[in-house]
Amino acid sequence: MTAHHPHDHPHPHQPDLEDRPYDHHQLMAEAVGELLIEKGVFTAEDLRRTIEAIDARSPADGARLVARAWRDPAYRSRLLADVNAAAAELGVDAGAIPIRALENTTRLHNLVVCTLCSCYPRGLLGLPPDWYKERAYRSRAVREPRAVLAELGTPIPDDVEIRVHDSTADLRYIVLPLQPGGTDRLDEAALAALVTRDCLIGTALPQAPQR
Amino acid sequence: MSARFATGARVQVRRIFPPGHVRTPHYLRGHAGVVDSILGHYANPEELAYGRDGLPRRALYRVRFRQAELWPGYGGAQDDSVVADIYEHWLEPLEEVQA
Amino acid sequence: MHRHHDMGGAPAGPVVPAEHDYAAWEKRVDAILRLLTARQVITVDELRRGIEELGPGAYDELSYYQRWIASIGNNLLEKGVISVDELGGRLAAVEARWRAAGRRGEGG
Repeated sequence: MTAHHPHDHPHPHQPDLEDRPYDHHQLMAEAVGELLIEKGVFTAEDLRRTIEAIDARSPADGARLVARAWRDPAYRSRLLADVNAAAAELGVDAGAIPIRALENTTRLHNLVVCTLCSCYPRGLLGLPPDWYKERAYRSRAVREPRAVLAELGTPIPDDVEIRVHDSTADLRYIVLPLQPGGTDRLDEAALAALVTRDCLIGTALPQAPQR
Repeated sequence: MSARFATGARVQVRRIFPPGHVRTPHYLRGHAGVVDSILGHYANPEELAYGRDGLPRRALYRVRFRQAELWPGYGGAQDDSVVADIYEHWLEPLEEVQA
Repeated sequence: MHRHHDMGGAPAGPVVPAEHDYAAWEKRVDAILRLLTARQVITVDELRRGIEELGPGAYDELSYYQRWIASIGNNLLEKGVISVDELGGRLAAVEARWRAAGRRGEGG
């Protein structure tokens, strides 16, 4: 950065501010999209609607399914059998990729990772957080899940088994967490608010509201 | 479609290390596990990755591995496990390998 | 032999719970891939293989969606959906358009 000094003359052209190269990959995103549209592979409207569909999914959709399962044992069974169908029951289109729910118990805590890339139940939860896709989580979640969970503020007692699911193939996974104690009187919307994205990955536990 | 292994079968992941697109993680190669469930039959990603159709479909299994067996000196609870989705051609019956 | 992307069990530092809001160009890349797979132009397996073949340096230096668009581009060239010449010409045209519109550069 140049030192600040009084101005009574025009500055010369400042290459470091104006002529920085554009990011190659952003140019590629633009160019490739344009070429594919021109070649009729898809339309501009298709692209716009697909981006809207990406934006339409969020962890709140997963939270609704969990809240319903907490209150309705028959729905819980259906959720455990087929997340996509159970989502459709609540008006959520979770897409074609099959998603499976992993049920936590007082003796079992589930954790989801994709060590090979970053497979994630995007159809239900939307786009994953950066940390899920990065080296530290992908390499350590399978090897030292207890340390990772403790670092993330979710220590798990030794008498509870941790089961780490590596999403290596066509299925995607969400965790069905335990309902926190003292929440039986909450309605479904209030219960859903307790279920964060990280609860569905397995790196956090739903917390009962503080009194 | 047939599946070679049943739920509960003890299996071992083949200890081979090919280049190319492989969806069996390195850290599971050569390790013993138990078939948790059969997920169905899917086209082979190792073929799909090169523009081929990946047929015939092959059985895909959820296989559970004990952490204590995967990592020397594993520091967590002894019942801790990893479950991965493994294609049939990567699995051998455990009894055969022990011979 | 242990391929770079296959990182389960490798030593690593702390999990930093950082995240960012996805930029428009990143969602565009994600949408392009979804449409290409829906139209059966490429498979997600080809996308992954293309990312793995970028090599360890690119894998570590490029961001997630930078790796995606690099792989998508390479796959489309291999399949002849677009040609090297078309892509080169269009990249230059987009850059010129952005410059003429006064769009700010991103840095090297």
